[in-house]
Amino acid sequence: MSSYIVGLVTIAGINIILALSLNIITGFCGQVSLGHAAFYGIGAYATALLLLAGVPLLFALLLSAIIAGTVGVAVGLASLRVKDDFLAITTMAVGFLFLGVVRKLSVVGGELGLSGIPASGFGEGGDAVLVLATAALTAAFSFYLGRNWTGFAFQAVASDDDAARAIGINVGRYKLVAFGIGTALAGFAGGLYTNFVRFIVPDTFGFGVSVLALCMVVVGGIGSTFGVICGAILLTLFPEIFRFAGDYRLLLYGVLLIVVMMFGPSGLSGLATSLFRLRGART
Amino acid sequence: MYYIDLLVTGIINGCMYALMAMGLTMVYGLLRILHIAHAAIFTLGAFIGIVVANATGSLWLAFPAAILLSVLVGILIYRLIYQPLLKHPPFVALIASLGVLLIMEDGFRIAFGENGIPFRYNPYSLATKNIFGIVLNETQIALVLTTAVLLGLLYIFLERTRIGIAWRATEANPRMATSFGVNVLTVRYTNFAIGSAIAGIAGVLVALLNNFVEPSFGAVVSYKALAIIVLGGLGSTRGALIASLLLGVAESFGTVAVGDYLDRDAIAAIVLIVILMIRPQGLGVKGGA
Repeated sequence: MSSYIVGLVTIAGINIILALSLNIITGFCGQVSLGHAAFYGIGAYATALLLLAGVPLLFALLLSAIIAGTVGVAVGLASLRVKDDFLAITTMAVGFLFLGVVRKLSVVGGELGLSGIPASGFGEGGDAVLVLATAALTAAFSFYLGRNWTGFAFQAVASDDDAARAIGINVGRYKLVAFGIGTALAGFAGGLYTNFVRFIVPDTFGFGVSVLALCMVVVGGIGSTFGVICGAILLTLFPEIFRFAGDYRLLLYGVLLIVVMMFGPSGLSGLATSLFRLRGART
Repeated sequence: MYYIDLLVTGIINGCMYALMAMGLTMVYGLLRILHIAHAAIFTLGAFIGIVVANATGSLWLAFPAAILLSVLVGILIYRLIYQPLLKHPPFVALIASLGVLLIMEDGFRIAFGENGIPFRYNPYSLATKNIFGIVLNETQIALVLTTAVLLGLLYIFLERTRIGIAWRATEANPRMATSFGVNVLTVRYTNFAIGSAIAGIAGVLVALLNNFVEPSFGAVVSYKALAIIVLGGLGSTRGALIASLLLGVAESFGTVAVGDYLDRDAIAAIVLIVILMIRPQGLGVKGGA
């Protein structure tokens, strides 16, 4: 396999983890976040610093996930105070705050970012396998979570948190759990990204990435693990497939978002479900 | 004197934000959509303004042309994108809106080039006036005056005219408004027309101020305007105005005070987070115009 393909697979795997992690917060628990890139970034920066300090990769990744998750729980506290669009914008602000801090902080290289991050020693293929294995684990965990009591509690919080509270669900705790898990996974994805590119700058973790992650979730089908995986793969590969379109690439991307929302507002998973129903109705 | 200068800069930026946020707030108040493509209408206004001004040599033609096209595109976006999506959850329209923003930004890039275009003849970019010892650019004065006039007109429109009252009724309770004979569709078209017109005017003014427009011209203002309408208390035009000025002033003082540790956007972010933690419903009174 050419190194281009291996790279593409790696990025797709990282994006799957990122999208699934946001899906736990936004899809399962209904807390729309527009600042997910901050946690991806925290994981990436933490891993970079740890690797530069000589910490072994797997340990660095786990530690980064814990750091991102801890910050995530702190940000999750905001979700106890503000709701819906207010929460979306608060998390967006968290994203800009993160960006502003790393841009000016000399420990993490400021605008120039961090470079010279040591290789894992697994080789290109080994790294890709690591990413794919983690992506598969994340997917399995996400499927499990969706069918588990915690998942049901998330759903109750998502559809109506007052009603959830009325039936004895500790709404605040489940929101924090969702934020904790989701942001820790995002941090892990960020660590994998650092290990893949070995050179990070602040702009990689901007508002655009938060929005892209949300697009993956919504285009895939909010709350559906399988749909979100498809959404992540589609939105990662789309710009590559349409490389020949050159200048018109972003334009096509915009068209894709509109077309999916127009014809399948519940995302790819919703489209698939209605197709199956259509076939069922005919036979 | 230094602090007064900072205050003035803050107010000027605040006015720029207010012009952007006004259309967004109106759309949000009526449809509960975070209309992110509004930024592209702002950019469209700027491009049309520059193209017309360069072609005709007259700034007075630039404004009507920019307004006309902005209004047209604003209404088209509502009719083609938002109206079919209204029955779905709001983030569906948000993603579609993002699609429109990407298409328009890329469209500008293809039509006008990556590097953007300057005014060929802009007599106001260097003209300054000295008011009580504060040196101001004439465009900056125009920006502040335009904001005051437009917001005043908007206020009169919402408070005194039949369609303004219908607009407020629809915002408060669409179903009730319909049963009282309000044509909700007319109200929505008017809403998009007014919001887009303001964005178009703002686009030309800011282009005059920078003497330049590029495809991603609206990006910075777009997310800040989103923050402002939330800060103002979603859908409250008065709250949005207060939030715009507050953010503008906080940014200009903040950059001087803590500029070594945080950039401008991060300062705005902190202001936003702190205010929302204290007042989760934003600054404005809900339901107020």
